[in-house]
Amino acid sequence: MSAPAIAVKPKRRVWSGDQSARLLTLVFAASVLLVTVLLISQLWQSSGPSRAKFGLHFFAGTNWDPVAGDFGALPFVYGTLLTSVLALLISVPLGVGAAIFLAELAPPKWADACTFLVELLAAVPSVIYGLLGAFTIVPLLRDYVEPFLKSTLGEVPGVGVLFRGPALGFGYLAAGVVLAVMTFPFIISISRESLLEVPRDQREAALALGATRWESTSQVVVPYARLGILGSIFLGLARALGETMAVTMVIGNDPNIHASLLASGYTIAAVIANEFTEAVGKLYQSSLVELGLVLFLITIIINALARLLVMATRGKGTGTAA
Amino acid sequence: MRRRGVRKLVNNLMLAATGVCTLLTVSVLFVILGYLVWNGGKSIDWDFLTKLPLPQGQVGGGMANAIVGSAVMVGLAAVIGLPVGFLGGIYLAEFGNKAFASAVRYMADLLNGVPSIVIGVFAWTVVVAPMHSFSALAGGFALSLMLIPIALRSTEQFLLGVPRSLREGALALGAPQWKMVATVVVPAAMRGILTGMILGVARIAGETAPLLFTALNNQYWPTGLNQPVAALPVMIFTHAMSPFDDWHRQAWAAGLVLLAMVLITNITARWVLSRGTAVQKG
Repeated sequence: MSAPAIAVKPKRRVWSGDQSARLLTLVFAASVLLVTVLLISQLWQSSGPSRAKFGLHFFAGTNWDPVAGDFGALPFVYGTLLTSVLALLISVPLGVGAAIFLAELAPPKWADACTFLVELLAAVPSVIYGLLGAFTIVPLLRDYVEPFLKSTLGEVPGVGVLFRGPALGFGYLAAGVVLAVMTFPFIISISRESLLEVPRDQREAALALGATRWESTSQVVVPYARLGILGSIFLGLARALGETMAVTMVIGNDPNIHASLLASGYTIAAVIANEFTEAVGKLYQSSLVELGLVLFLITIIINALARLLVMATRGKGTGTAA
Repeated sequence: MRRRGVRKLVNNLMLAATGVCTLLTVSVLFVILGYLVWNGGKSIDWDFLTKLPLPQGQVGGGMANAIVGSAVMVGLAAVIGLPVGFLGGIYLAEFGNKAFASAVRYMADLLNGVPSIVIGVFAWTVVVAPMHSFSALAGGFALSLMLIPIALRSTEQFLLGVPRSLREGALALGAPQWKMVATVVVPAAMRGILTGMILGVARIAGETAPLLFTALNNQYWPTGLNQPVAALPVMIFTHAMSPFDDWHRQAWAAGLVLLAMVLITNITARWVLSRGTAVQKG
């Protein structure tokens, strides 16, 4: 720093008000970093015994036997991925469709009201989705949907494998349906935002060239907002992968891999929720913690990707390239 | 080139399909609400709100201890989480230097996306395992970890909504930065900040997964912060999964109480924010 020619030495104070205010708030802001770092290191340390014993084989093992002390995570990883994919297969078309309607067609006042109602769904506690899932969706699937799927798709060679076995209600399909309901609020609200950010002249140019409303939407507006829509799908996926209560209550809790969607299964989050309190022994506990670590890493990566995608479209919308 | 009639037909069909999607998704909320009011409404009674749960299989009793337990842990989480989120949010909006503030912001968003069950495992490793006991303290700690990123980001957002002219006015009058923040910026954004905090608290009040192996459960009234304690969301889970009809009935009643709490706070918050003048909507 170059001193001014006639420098009056400022009164030296150890801490000015601004400095102490900055320091005080800084400490609290930094605590967020601290918590995150502590979280990762704790999960890493507490999963030590399991990582040492099983190594990467943990993810290939299909046997989960607490009595014999053999722990393989594959059935849970499979269940987690399968239920989330099922959920997205249902919620992406529904969610993107609704977002298009709310952004492009509905009068703004109505669209805002509908979006608010959909966003309320995101505030409903997951245990309530579980409650409704277990007492309404499961019986519905068991008595009507699953027998129907078995007698139609189940007879088709090839795909039929997915729809065989007893109709229990509790299983992958029920979890997928409940998760679909839990993910579409995210998809709708964020996709709609990115669609609304598409400049008006894009639409008008397409319409002026003689495109119909749908052609302008599907060939111009949606491709323009594709990163934001993709981001919303990733956010929904992260929520589906990490969802615990609703899935635990409808998945059926069976630590084996089944090809049929109608069969009972298990997910990473559900096995932690059900077994953690009863886990005796270092190895059992640390295996469950390692499952938690895996879930943490998967959701962190997907969330980070989603945020980057959403940020990228925001940048494009306002003209400041991100 | 397809014929004009076909294109028009496709246009109408697809637009109608998006309308159907909207109708389906919006109606889910009303289905949920209807089911809970129907099933919970006929189960909720004075006993449910004032009595302790009875042993498995017996008819009657209530969840009063779980309501108190939830209140204790949510209160604890608010006492820890809200000040941290509030002051951290002030740093991000007012004092932050660019690199560090964006690192904090990013971490807060990531923390917000961490599955709640993982937060539970973490709280178990740092509170339950060293104390050798499930406790209300551990439950409150786990919930506070979920509250911090929400409170932080919403505080920051509402502070950034305060118009620049207000800040410049205060600085032009000779106020130092801290005084400007404390007496001008924060009061101007207070309505939004409080609303955001109440929404955050409502959100964690419905969390179940972080409490399963931190607070565990309890048949009786809470006696101390170092004891296992019952919580309403956990009670819904255990009661719904039990084979007893009367427990199912109570699970519905508890679900109705929880959903009513969440929806009323969210709708009120929306209403308060839409009436806001000086502060942008969240």
